[in-house]
Parts: sequence; structure tokens; C-alpha cells
Amino acid sequence: MNGPQDVGGRHGFGPVVPEDESLRFHADWEKRVLGVTLACGALGHWSLDTSRHARESLHPAIYYNASYYGIWFRALVALLERAGEVTDDELAEGRAHRPGRAAHRCLAPEAVQGALARGGPSDREGPAPAFAVGERVRTRNHQPAGHTRLPSYARRATGVIEAVHGAHVFPDTNAHGRGEAPCPLYTVRFEATELYGADADPTLTVSIDAWEPYLDRA
Amino acid sequence: MHDHHDHDHDNELDDMTARVRALETVLTEKGLVDPAAVDAIIDTYEHRVGPRNGAAVVARAWADPAFADWLRRDATAAIASMGFTGRQGEHMVAVFNTPEEHNLVVCTLCSCYPWPVLGLPPAWYKAPDYRARAVREPRAVLAGFGVTLPETTRIRVWDSTAEIRYLVVPERPAGTEGMDEAALAALVTRDSMIGAGLPRAPEAA
Repeated sequence: MNGPQDVGGRHGFGPVVPEDESLRFHADWEKRVLGVTLACGALGHWSLDTSRHARESLHPAIYYNASYYGIWFRALVALLERAGEVTDDELAEGRAHRPGRAAHRCLAPEAVQGALARGGPSDREGPAPAFAVGERVRTRNHQPAGHTRLPSYARRATGVIEAVHGAHVFPDTNAHGRGEAPCPLYTVRFEATELYGADADPTLTVSIDAWEPYLDRA
Repeated sequence: MHDHHDHDHDNELDDMTARVRALETVLTEKGLVDPAAVDAIIDTYEHRVGPRNGAAVVARAWADPAFADWLRRDATAAIASMGFTGRQGEHMVAVFNTPEEHNLVVCTLCSCYPWPVLGLPPAWYKAPDYRARAVREPRAVLAGFGVTLPETTRIRVWDSTAEIRYLVVPERPAGTEGMDEAALAALVTRDSMIGAGLPRAPEAA
């Protein structure tokens, strides 16, 4: 979607402020948002792609004014409300009025280490790749209203296939509950001048990871 | 709206603290979340999984050419051999800086980051400022980190738009001959493994 998340290459943003690597959180509530968000993933109501779509679906004014854990929190509430697990009145009072629907899937403390260590691989059996390393491809003018992982700065651009990663879950369908639809995933490398025009840094190349439905042979 | 009578601000919860607490309380009462599991997740990423993992990987790559070669061919397996696996690191690729080419990693669309080797991303990595500028003007972004590369060095930016996660292997600093892996790892900063920084020089470690 052409949402607030799609900021790559946009002008007008400000300085990048380095921070010490020993700093993990900026407030205690951020820790709870991290933990609760990951724990709620175990309930099985949504996929990683669905949760990303919930975040980018926040109103742009909210998205740009929130810290990243603030974005996570608001998206988590939206996902839980959509799943029928919480309601506004419960959140306003800070008290449950109805039982949880997926309480049988609650993440147990002793299951945390295993769940985090397993992760959630996205590679799947799928169709053979149409493109090979070194081939030139052109990204499509792909602008769905729903979730996609083709950033706008890399639309309608010609680049070179640099790696073939096998078939992976396709976010454009999976985010919307329309199935994993695995398809080949590639790393595609572009010259900055192709992306941004003649004034771009001539020493710069940028790659994206792109699923086959984003690409045509150039 | 805010009124003006005297009260103790120290006892007030700020808005996000109160909202997050309300959500966690509701979820706990419903049996959807166990606060001890939340504690365990926080403890993992606050105390156990962080950039020292990645620094150990880089140090081994510097010290052991066979490991470096494995890391280049199959980073997921090479990194797993050191015990670093799982969430947000399921599919790893290691990219090696050279005098000719410098690598920089970003996720313009959200905050994708290799958690098992680097831990949670810093705030700047998730902020729109970095995400917008890293793919267009990386030299200006690097300058903000005190890094100035030769004008002839090519810059390669990796936008993590899928589930592949990238670890930058910086160049081994000069003057580190004979150092063991632990000493080498101390030179490897988190930012250098994103490509936003360079390793420390041995005399500065």
C-alpha cells in the first residue's frame, strides 16, 4: 500500500541520531509492548505479514508521531480487536469483561525460549524460479491498496538478479488471509541513477528482495 | 483536559504506560498472555540476545578463513553453528566489506533486523529518518555516525524487504595480527555490523 511506512528515498526527514548499543529500551512500557506483542503472536490469529499490514495501516499522522513501539502497540490493539479478543470498553477500564477466545494457545513461560529459537522460517516448496542470477528484470508498477513489499522507490526500475532464494511465503496474499502462495524470491540490484535520476550518487547501488510477481524480464 | 490544581506528577502514569498496562491486564485476565512469558521474552532481548553474538561471528570470520568461507556460502548454517538461531534470523546472508565496496543495511518498509546476531534494532534504525535517507544518501547518513568513506568506495545498500536478514562483516582493522577471537570481538561494534559504523582500532578498544 502507498502508506506511511513506504519512506525509502523520500526527502524532508531529519538527522539520524546514533545511540549506544547498550541501550535496549527507552521506557519500561516499550519492554512490555515487545513482550506482549510476541506473546500474542502465539495465539495464532494473525501472521507476521498481517501484523506488518496493521502497522502500516495506521493513519499517517499517527504513524509519523509515534515511536516504533508506539506503532507496535496501536497495531496490536487493532489486531486484537479484529480477532474479537479485546474491546474498547475493556481497554478503557483495564478489566476483562469476556473470556479470551484463544486462551488455550497462551504462550507458557517455559515455551518462550523454544519459540524464539525456532522462529518462523518463510521458505516453502514452490515453483521453480523464472529468472537466473545475472538476468535483467524490471519491477512492475505494482500499487495494491493492500500489503506489498515492493517499495515505491523501486517501482518501474530495471535491475539485475543477484541472488535466487527459492520460494518464500508471498506477503501480498498472506497478509490478507488469502494463503501463503509461495513464489520465488530474488535479490535485485539497481544503480541509484536508475532509481533517482541522473543526479543520484554514481557510486551507490541499492538492492531489494523481490518476489517473482513484482518482476518482468527486462 | 489538563487542570491546574497541584498534584504529584511523579505518581501519575504517562499515557503509554497506562495504556500498555491496561492492555496487558486485560489480556492476562482473559488467559491470553502469561506475564511470566512476557518477562522471559524481555529478559531474552535485554540480557541474552544482542550484538555481542554478531561480534563473535565477525571475529571468527576474521580469525578463521574456513569459517569466513562458510559464512559467505551459507550464513544461516554458519551462524547456527555458533548457537545463534531463530526469530528474525531464519534466513541469513553475510555481506563482506572490502576496500572497494561498503555495505549498509536498512529496512525501508518497517524494521527488519537480524535479531539472533544483533538483538533488537536501535531506535534510529526504525525511525523514518534513517529508512528514508539510507537508500538515497548513505554518505550523508554515514557522516552522522562519524564515518567518511573514500569517494571512490562504492556503497551497496541492502533494503531488507523480505525475510532475508543481512549481517555486515566489516574489514578487519589493521594492527590486529595475532589477536584472539575474544579480543577481535571487542573491536566489533553493533553499528559496524549494520554498516553504519566501522570497527574500533585496536589501540582504542
